[in-house]
This record gives sequence, structure tokens and C-alpha cells, in this order.
Amino acid sequence: MALKKDYEDIPGTLVFDADRGREGYHLNQFCISLRLQRNRDAFNADEGAYLDRYPMTAEQRKAVVDRDWNRLLELGGNIYYTSKLGANDGITFQQLAGLMTGMGNEAYRKMMVDGGRSPEGNRYQHEWDEKGEN
Amino acid sequence: MARITAGVGCSHVPAIGVAMDLGKTDEPYWAPCFAGFEKSREWIKEARPDVIVLVYNDHCTVFDASFIPTFALGCAAEFAPADEGWGPRPVPVVRNHQVMASHIAQSLILDEFDITIMNEMEVDHGLTVPLSLMFGNLGVDDEWPCLVIPLCVNVVQYPAPTGNRCYNLGKAVRRAVESFDEDLDVVIFGTGGMSHQLQYKRAGLINAEWDIQFMDRLTSDPVGLSQTPHVEYLREAGSEGVELVMWHIMRGALDDEVEEVHRHYHVPASNTAVGHIILANRRDLGASR
Repeated sequence: MALKKDYEDIPGTLVFDADRGREGYHLNQFCISLRLQRNRDAFNADEGAYLDRYPMTAEQRKAVVDRDWNRLLELGGNIYYTSKLGANDGITFQQLAGLMTGMGNEAYRKMMVDGGRSPEGNRYQHEWDEKGEN
Repeated sequence: MARITAGVGCSHVPAIGVAMDLGKTDEPYWAPCFAGFEKSREWIKEARPDVIVLVYNDHCTVFDASFIPTFALGCAAEFAPADEGWGPRPVPVVRNHQVMASHIAQSLILDEFDITIMNEMEVDHGLTVPLSLMFGNLGVDDEWPCLVIPLCVNVVQYPAPTGNRCYNLGKAVRRAVESFDEDLDVVIFGTGGMSHQLQYKRAGLINAEWDIQFMDRLTSDPVGLSQTPHVEYLREAGSEGVELVMWHIMRGALDDEVEEVHRHYHVPASNTAVGHIILANRRDLGASR
């Protein structure tokens, strides 16, 4: 019997479980390689040649090249890995959040200073469906 | 005999380390966050632990996706701060009580906690930020004031170990410490949290009400709290809020009856609610009075 995924109805959230870990393996291994300077240098010198070392899917590769931060997560990436690509590009965790939420850096930063995103209306997917968010 | 005297719960936000390393702690954004640790630094000077058992998680720094141990114990002689993508933090190398660590490893496995033994390991902000918060700014040429035994928990790939499992691991760590012959005072840290979500469209979630009940129940209802299902952390405290299972290891290692010595809560540090608590065993408080 399949394991019940009782966390799939949380809106705007991708839980990095064993299935996502399997799908994102090579993508995540690419990302973590960038924590070392010599690898950052090689990647920045020739992104295409460096990406050839990792047998990720064409979609994953495109999301890396496009720096499509949400798509990377949808394709099995995990934020702690994709943040290494962000760090390579000089983008902090908070700036990544500004991009992933579509709010932009200033509005996101202000939301956090004002106490963060409230759980009210943000617990269940149906709450987002009713608001017309996806 | 070694003994655990107190527990520290503490967030380990990387931006806190960056703020300390770049000398930004007096800036208006950061000052209220750090103010809550002034008392803690006084407290730990008084407590003078010989060893800290520091429960934390690696953030895809040392443990890549090729191997994901649920529990791993640092048994190397020392642990250098790791490069997480922006250069290693300029803080001291972390030194282990290697004899005690290997004793704990052996004791835990015979106690049916099949931990992974790490004989070589670097450490990321998950371990160094709580040390910096508790001991203040120390540079690469300084020494941390005590020895540190790192205990790593997987909270990155779902599922993290259950709160119940963590609470019971805390009890096993205590048995291991108490069966070590050297006369040592040990403080255990549970780190991570509090509510935060770093990823995808709901990033930025903070749930202060939920965080406060979590801190309250560490004293009033620790066993009930340890039964919190994973989906509640994910939904109420954000996808990365599940790091809080590590606080149950700290709590499980203490007496059933503890006294709250200090608490601090601040929003935000970058994307995260900063939570901090110091719990002392009542009998140890009595002894020191």
C-alpha cells in the first residue's frame, strides 16, 4: 500500500520527500558541487561544459540555465541545494524567497519585518483556490 | 560520572552568522535579535560546561544527496567550518571530546539507536551559529570555550525522524553521558527552527502563536509535544519548521522536571523566527543555589 502523503494539500509548498529526492538527485548533486570555489570557477567559465558532467533531464538543465527557481523545486530540487546556485550568483536566501514568491525583494523583506506571512488563509490548498492563487 | 545539567534550544539562521561575521549586530535590524542572547552569554559563563552535545542539521553541505544518515555522531578530533558557497565562516575550529564521543557512539548503538559514525566531517552554520550566539564573536585564532560533540539529524529530506524518536534518543544520549567515567558537566543544545519556510510560493511563513506554545510545552508537556505529527510542523510552522524535532532530543536528555531559565523570541532574522530557550534540571538549580 502506498504511503499516505498527508502534506500534499499545503499550498505553495513542495515537501522534499523520497520521491522528489529521487527525481532531483543529479540536479541536487550539481548544485551542491558549487559550494567549492574551484567548481564555481569551472561552472562560471563554461556553464554548458560543466552541466554536461551531470546527467540531469533536459527540463532540469533548462531550469538551471534559466535560473527558474520555482521550476527547479518542481523538478526535484531542494532549496538547500538550489541556494548553492543562488550563492554562486550572489543571491541570498532572502532574495531567493523574493523571487520564488513573485513578491520581489523589497516587498518580501517588508513582509518579514512586519512579522512574516501569516498562517491564516495559508494552511490548506482550498484556501488558496478560493482566493484564486495557485 | 559525567552528567547533563541543562539544555539550550536555539535557532541557527545562517544570516545571524553573517551579521556577526560582518559586524552588523548593532544595526537596528539585528540589535533586537542579539539583545536576547546577552543573558545567555552570562548564563553559559556561569554554567561553564566542559562539553556541549550539539544537535543540529547539516544543510546539504557535508552530507550531499549521495548519503543521508538520519542520525550521525561527530567522532573526529576536530571539525573545521565548511565553505557553504560563500567561504568558510571566520570562527574557531570546533574541537571534540573524542573519547567521550566514541563512548556515546558505542552506547547509543547498544541502546538500539543505530547512528552513523563520522570520523571526518566539516560543520556548517547549523553548528557554528548557535556557538557564536552563546559565546559571542570569536575569530579563527581563538578557541571555543569548551569541547563540542556534534550530533547531526536529517531534517532536509522528508521524513525527519519523528519527535517521539528524537525525544527517546535524548534519553539514550543521557544514559550514554551518565555512563562515562570522567567527571564532566555537559550541556545539550537542540538547534534549528522556529517557524520558517524558505521555499516556493508560501516562503516567509511565520507562526508566532504556534512557536510560543512549542516553547511553553517544553516545560509543561514535553512528552505530549514530542508526539506532534510531522504534517503539523509543515503546515503550521513552515516546511523548514520541521527542524524543531531536534529540540526534542535536547528535551529528552533533561530531567522530567525542568525550570525555564531564559527565553527569547524575535521575528525576523532573514526568513526565520528566532527562538531561544534555556532549561535547567531543577535539582541542578537547587545545587547551585
